[in-house]
Amino acid sequence: MIEYQNILTRVQVKAPAYPGVPLPSGPWRREGPPFFVYWLGKIGDTQVGPFYIGTTGLASLICGFIAFEIIGLNMWASVNWDIVQFVRQLPWLALEPPSPKHGLHIPPLNEGGWWLMAGFFLTASILLWWLRMYRRARALGMGTHTAWAFAAAIWLYLVLGFFRPIAMGSWSEAVPFGIFPHLDWTAAFSIRYGNLFYNPFHMLSIAFLYGATLLFAMHAGTVLSVARFGGERELEQVTHRGTASERAALFWRWTMGFNATMESIHRWAWWFAVLCPLTGGIGILLTGTVVDNWYLWALKHGVAPPYPMVFPEVIDPATLGGVAK
Amino acid sequence: MRTNLRDILAPLAALLAAVLLTGCWERPPVTSVQNGYRGLGMVGVYNPRTLETQMPGNAIPAALPEAAPGAPLGTTVYKNIQVLKDLSLTEHVRLMTAFTLWVAPKDQGCAYCHDLADFSLDTKYTKVVARRMIQLTRDLNTNWKSHVASSGAPGAGVTCHTCHRGQPVPANIWFTDPGPKSVKGPAGGRNGQNLPAAAVGLTSMAYDPFTTFLTGKPEQIRVIAPTALPVSGASTRNIMQTEATYSLMFHLSSALGVNCTYCHNSRSFASWEGPPQRAFAWYGIQMVREINTAYLEPLGKALPAKRLGPTGDAPKANCATCHQGAFKPLYGVPQLLDYPELAGPKAIPVTSAAVPDAARKKPAAKS
Repeated sequence: MIEYQNILTRVQVKAPAYPGVPLPSGPWRREGPPFFVYWLGKIGDTQVGPFYIGTTGLASLICGFIAFEIIGLNMWASVNWDIVQFVRQLPWLALEPPSPKHGLHIPPLNEGGWWLMAGFFLTASILLWWLRMYRRARALGMGTHTAWAFAAAIWLYLVLGFFRPIAMGSWSEAVPFGIFPHLDWTAAFSIRYGNLFYNPFHMLSIAFLYGATLLFAMHAGTVLSVARFGGERELEQVTHRGTASERAALFWRWTMGFNATMESIHRWAWWFAVLCPLTGGIGILLTGTVVDNWYLWALKHGVAPPYPMVFPEVIDPATLGGVAK
Repeated sequence: MRTNLRDILAPLAALLAAVLLTGCWERPPVTSVQNGYRGLGMVGVYNPRTLETQMPGNAIPAALPEAAPGAPLGTTVYKNIQVLKDLSLTEHVRLMTAFTLWVAPKDQGCAYCHDLADFSLDTKYTKVVARRMIQLTRDLNTNWKSHVASSGAPGAGVTCHTCHRGQPVPANIWFTDPGPKSVKGPAGGRNGQNLPAAAVGLTSMAYDPFTTFLTGKPEQIRVIAPTALPVSGASTRNIMQTEATYSLMFHLSSALGVNCTYCHNSRSFASWEGPPQRAFAWYGIQMVREINTAYLEPLGKALPAKRLGPTGDAPKANCATCHQGAFKPLYGVPQLLDYPELAGPKAIPVTSAAVPDAARKKPAAKS
């Protein structure tokens, strides 16, 4: 029978529960007795807990809960408190930003006030979680790479919902909270500003997005393929000959003449992932503020090439003054 | 623990079935037809299966035998003829017969509009509406050739059948949508959006683009900036308005059974460097606005309550009213050739003693 050894974790290490390295002194401890879950062992570590909550974690959870409730209760109210319709229509429901007439002023609750409030608490929650992430890394004596990668995503989030609306002078430019509504917003945003595909920062962002997934697939595939030689113990092996790490490196050197190292591949991956929202955020921030129509901008600067005319010349009828019906 | 192929395939199959059952996507085959320069995605996307199911509804009924020539004008016999004054008796009877085929319920025939005791009476609202609709048909065929006869082909235009297709009320009409019931109090505002609205392709965008764009005080449809860089006052449209425009375009797309590139340049919706159909559609939008404001909305006063919408408004037209899923209504079959009386009033022969003085002076006057 074919065995799909690479889909789920094959080895479950089960040892007496380990609370982790000692914490630096502080008001919070790791709470709760640790326990084991077999199914979690299929995708990760079997041990759950103890938990570290912390001041920033607690504050973040509270703010996040408030934002979640404001959004959810507004959605539920929009279907007249009908729980069946709430579930059925959930992907369509949204909490909309203020309409354009309110500019950057504080609007009435039902015309964007709730949105502004939800946005405040969600942003507070995210920033507090960032701080928690940074401080937990420091507490373990780690570098803060994860926090800065998260910060790149927060940059894009803030550009969409905060920096760009302020630059445009209207909260209405921001994204609604909702599943389909935020996707429809994205499509409309591209249309309004003359096709975002001609925005060079959008191009870069896509390149990094697809590049990051490619690198992820290459690296994960490589490591899993040497799992039989203990390849997941990358760092122990990186300086040794004849190890799984060396085989993995040789594989790429033989197939494409160049190989990343067990260290540098993670730098590649980190930068590609981080540059995706960084460049994307720049592209969004420039849209409407610096460039109003990306297609015309691209024509002007030779980004979009001209193509042969295959249609007879069409004149915009609106310019004919309505003479001929 | 060993993982068997079956353990993996079973959930995958279940997932696949779930995707299929939700009907998220259209079952193949899908064919594409290139309609612009190569490599630019200028293609029409069609599903032959959908087209096939659509065809019977777009077949036109056999034309009635031609009216015997040489008959005197209808006005010599019939009373209270206000619009079709230029028709001979035989033409009149033939056209009225066609109306019953196209519009009247099968079990009612003439009686759907006429008082059978005295055909000249305007007692039934349907007769008042029908008269106005005849004026509308002639108006469109005379003054809106830019849309209804944009091909210039002989016989291009509209008839009653274009919209009615054998139904007293055309299948595709619209009313102002007041939206679903919301709670009282300061929460749950929908902003005219966020419903799985069939009219706009089940997107979450503005669910009533018709009231917004196809009535007396229409919003501006164009939202894309006309300049590369921001110019103060040049483009004031925002993203919410863009979504509303997108809603309207969804309607156009489904009403005509075509995708965006049937009219638009694939690289820029705003560019006029593209198919001429975009200009035809522009005239169509202007035309529908006039149909609604000059003809259909005023008729609301004549209609019984059962024909009115949830806010008491008259039934109105949009692109689907005529097109009904086809790029040209009835695939452009020139039905008007068989019923030239609907193309517009013809000159009344001046030799007829029955012609009133006013009509004699202005034989081509718009009815």
